[in-house]
Amino acid sequence: MTFDSNAFLIILTGTLIAISCGFLGVFMMLRKMSMTGDAISHAVLPGIVIGYFVSGSQRSLEVIIGAGLLGILATLMIEGLRKKAKVQLDASIGITFTLLFAIGIILINMFAYKVDLDQECVLYGEIAYLPIDLWITKSGLNLGPRITWLAGLNLLFVGVFIYLLFKELVLTSFDENFSSVMGIPAKGVNLALMSMVSYTTVSSFESVGAILVVALLAVPPATAFLWTKSLNSLLKLTAALAILISVLGYYLAFWMDSSIAGMMVTVAGGFFLASALIKGKKPSWFKGTPKESKPLGI
Amino acid sequence: MEDFVYFFTFQDPSIAWVVIGITLLGIGSAYVGTFSFLDKKALLGDAISHSVLPGICLGFILAGEKNPLYIVTGAFLAGGLATFLSSWLKKNTKLSEDSIIATILSVFFGFGIVMLTALQKSGNPEIAGLNSFIFGNAIGISEFDLMIYGGLSLTIILVLTVFLKEFRLMVFDPAFGRAIGFPINGIRFLFNVLMILAVVIGIQAIGVVLMAALLITPGAAARFWTDRLNSLLILAALFSILSGILGTYISFVIPQMPTGPWVVVFLSLFALISFLVSPKSGIIFRYLKRKNYLRKTHRDHLLKSLYKALEEGQKGLLIDKIYELYPFQKKEIHQSIIDLNKVGYIYNNQGIIILTDSGVTEAMRVVRLHRLWELYLNESLKIAPDHVHESAEQMEHLLTPELEELLEKRLNFPSLDPHQETIPREKNDLR
Repeated sequence: MTFDSNAFLIILTGTLIAISCGFLGVFMMLRKMSMTGDAISHAVLPGIVIGYFVSGSQRSLEVIIGAGLLGILATLMIEGLRKKAKVQLDASIGITFTLLFAIGIILINMFAYKVDLDQECVLYGEIAYLPIDLWITKSGLNLGPRITWLAGLNLLFVGVFIYLLFKELVLTSFDENFSSVMGIPAKGVNLALMSMVSYTTVSSFESVGAILVVALLAVPPATAFLWTKSLNSLLKLTAALAILISVLGYYLAFWMDSSIAGMMVTVAGGFFLASALIKGKKPSWFKGTPKESKPLGI
Repeated sequence: MEDFVYFFTFQDPSIAWVVIGITLLGIGSAYVGTFSFLDKKALLGDAISHSVLPGICLGFILAGEKNPLYIVTGAFLAGGLATFLSSWLKKNTKLSEDSIIATILSVFFGFGIVMLTALQKSGNPEIAGLNSFIFGNAIGISEFDLMIYGGLSLTIILVLTVFLKEFRLMVFDPAFGRAIGFPINGIRFLFNVLMILAVVIGIQAIGVVLMAALLITPGAAARFWTDRLNSLLILAALFSILSGILGTYISFVIPQMPTGPWVVVFLSLFALISFLVSPKSGIIFRYLKRKNYLRKTHRDHLLKSLYKALEEGQKGLLIDKIYELYPFQKKEIHQSIIDLNKVGYIYNNQGIIILTDSGVTEAMRVVRLHRLWELYLNESLKIAPDHVHESAEQMEHLLTPELEELLEKRLNFPSLDPHQETIPREKNDLR
């Protein structure tokens, strides 16, 4: 088989996005905030539209800033509804993201003449067009696909973020009260994590779409969580799954002539289901004497 | 204005159809959603609405065209599988509920996209209509579709009304229901069936993503106005109908506007207004209540200080002296002086604040409550005298006349508190 540079680039980009999402997803899952991630990935839509409208381009800093602000707004709104209005958490998530998404669609329809965006592209982008979309400098130097660079930059930021704030993230995830006593601003750490999630959503929505960002945030960490109880191996396993998903997803999609991002998620779902069947509780006649389980270590 | 009259007189039969359809749909999903909201499973509806995509595609493949019966059946089966998987995972793995829901939602949707793209590449011209199942298109629903969906909505509403008692048990006290012999698992199964049905038919009008709003928001908004299930359901349905009609109206007046998002915006508007202004649990009301309470505590404290001065033989206190007693609270104390002056409990004699007759009575009441509570803590709960003051500082504002009477009786009308201070009554009036 000859080396296919397009395939390599697509798989590389998929892997980069999947690892960034997976790392953030691990912490979201440990904080029982996976659905907040889902909410953010929908809620950034108005920010993207406004950023697009202001700058006139889908690839501008304004789009990223707009989406980032909306992501933070969504987080604050969920928290506000829960704490100030005392709405239960699941309902405040549901109300927040549906409202923001609805506003986003209305904005798209309002600016329809000016903004070349539609909800389909936001919901399920297309990674296959990535090799066409090149980043060419003014001097004419071809630096390769733009989205791959974006994904790489994203992973770099996520990596640095987690490396620098590892202790804070771990403490606030496992014991918020203790971390406040230690003087760690739990709310600030939380907001920082949410901003990273919104940034990741924006920088990947063009290629994998909002729903698939949710999948990459939720599924690999959940799968890894079924196999391990230590945080370090959780992160490593998530990264390994991310690579596996990208490779298998690409070739299966290629073989079936279908959506690559969708196939990545389907593969992830397959791994998840298999893990749940293997590691889930078995009927009593199936299992021997139960082993003693250890609590989750750090 | 003409548009307004034209729309709301329902002269146009197609408008009437759409409004009837969206009303039935709204009531159905608001009913189901309110129950799942009370059951703290609000996001399950979101998971189901994303999960039906593969089923819709499968129905399309089997029928070869956009046949609502095939598509609804396929969607229903996919939704059922998602619901079953989520409860199975909840029972058999250590994953938390939100993680399970996010996983199921995204995996099913991802798989649906794989099927959808495969279908699109197959080149069937009917495929274009399939998108309206994902993003919803209330206006584009045909009369025939409407009959089926309206009929299903009506079924949902009827079943929920007939089995109201059973569903109430399932939501509020399943253990009790089981104990008195109700088949709770069966009821839950029936409820899940209704919920999936509501989602499957709702998606056509409003789309996969926004379906969650149709389920969650009416119940959450109505919850702020009432504590009774029946009025909760009626109110939720009302919110849903109103937003449905308003959303349809907007997209009628401004044709480029989509219906579904506007319905959601109106629903959320109702919800946000409810959160703000509802009496009892609204944000504004609770803020005012808290503020009033704080004002009352400051007034009580001022009365207490004046009474203590009276005990020590001073007729009144200099204003500056009062401010010194409460450092950092000058503004609040200033307000209390104004308030108390207004109700005639105190008067200002050349910068000296003096209690009036009614003021002394009121101050005696507060001090009496404070000291009675201290004594009660000391005698009945055996708390040391130097630990009782803090609790009494809080309870003096809360004790009712009935409780005061009980305390008096229980402590046998004592004359001294644990700090050997007189408990003020009419007989040892200092005036």
